[in-house]
Amino acid sequence: MLLEAAGVTLLLSVLGFFLGAVFGGLAAAGRLYSSKVPRGLASVYGTVFRGVPDLLSIYLFYYGGSIALTSIARLFGSQGFVGLPTLATGILTIGFISGAYQSEVYRGAYLAIDKGQFDAAKALALTRLQTLRLVIVPQLLRHAIPGLGNVWQLVLKDSALISVIGLVELMRQAQIGAGSTREPFLFYCAAAALYFAIAGLTDLVFNRAEANASRGIAHR
Amino acid sequence: MIDPGFFLEIIPKLLAGLPLTLELAGTSVLLGFGLALVLALAQQGERTYAVLPIRIFVAIFRGTPLLVQIFLIYYGLGQFRPALQSVGLWWLFREPYWCAIIALTLNTGAYGSEILRGAIRNVPRGLSEAALALGLNRFRTMRLVVLPLALRQALPAYSNEIILMVKGTSLASIITLTEVTGIAQELISQTYRAIEVFIAAGAIYLILNFLIVRGLTLLEARLTPYRQR
Repeated sequence: MLLEAAGVTLLLSVLGFFLGAVFGGLAAAGRLYSSKVPRGLASVYGTVFRGVPDLLSIYLFYYGGSIALTSIARLFGSQGFVGLPTLATGILTIGFISGAYQSEVYRGAYLAIDKGQFDAAKALALTRLQTLRLVIVPQLLRHAIPGLGNVWQLVLKDSALISVIGLVELMRQAQIGAGSTREPFLFYCAAAALYFAIAGLTDLVFNRAEANASRGIAHR
Repeated sequence: MIDPGFFLEIIPKLLAGLPLTLELAGTSVLLGFGLALVLALAQQGERTYAVLPIRIFVAIFRGTPLLVQIFLIYYGLGQFRPALQSVGLWWLFREPYWCAIIALTLNTGAYGSEILRGAIRNVPRGLSEAALALGLNRFRTMRLVVLPLALRQALPAYSNEIILMVKGTSLASIITLTEVTGIAQELISQTYRAIEVFIAAGAIYLILNFLIVRGLTLLEARLTPYRQR
């Protein structure tokens, strides 16, 4: 029962993390852009979602989304409150929050790339898209992996907060189990152990990825 | 669409939760710093019977969600009510306030001890060797030479941890404490105006975090005058 819920936690975290990569990539590109508007927008996004408690952001998306949906449903003559699908809301919220953190990682990784790489790509007459795809992104990922590993750990722990909107993931399932058996200590310990196991196992994945991305790089 | 009158109405309500937020964050950061210092120093001896339990404690508190920790302490330990009553600790674990403080303190203590441990390790070895050569004992070397430098080095990382704690206090609302996020959630479900409430409550946190970062940057500048240009 808890294992099944741990699967939901993993699904929620992984999809939220990848959605966050999209938001984070866009925001990082915005921050590095020369014109002011995208830079300002991206930096407000980063500051707000990193500075405000994640729980508050979750309430914004859940209630804000439901209220919008309810008023749209009103137009079509529906009565009463329309709730959002909780899994989709959870993924979207985690994507938004982790995107703010990931944008910092990508920006730092981009700035860590040697300027000579751009010149060299130009000298080889690569187009802008080719430069990005063949030269910049592979190196960017190498610099970004340790930071992304940290964000992933954050995402995994944040996913427990999604329980407040009623999605039955690991935390929520533990609450349900604790309530029906009156053994809260047992259930929360089991949930903690499962989070711990997921965090440890996925950490190994990031270590492997890091080793793989930096093969051929001399270590100090 | 955005109505200034509504903001004037909700901002005082949200600010009423600020003292509790500050209290939770302030108490747990201070107690957590004390715990972090003790844990970091206890690991300097490199004796397995001291180091191993600390490593396990740190790994557990860093590897599980804060919400699980809060629930484990508030609801989980509530299961052992008779035992806690018999040792006279029930008053502590009965109150959501103290449970939140305990959970936040243990959590920030675990993260903080890693920050301090890293900072102590990064103090150049030559300095403590010089202190030993001057005839200072290990305790005085730590107190007079290594710790002042390490604490200064740790400040930027520690200010991140303090911000995380301020954000972490929002979880106390889930165990019925009405701090800023708890009030925000009540207001949203009463008024159905999620965006306005989010902006107002978010602004309170952003200003608070900004002030903390600013204050710690000033402190850092004071502690490292030689770095100023």
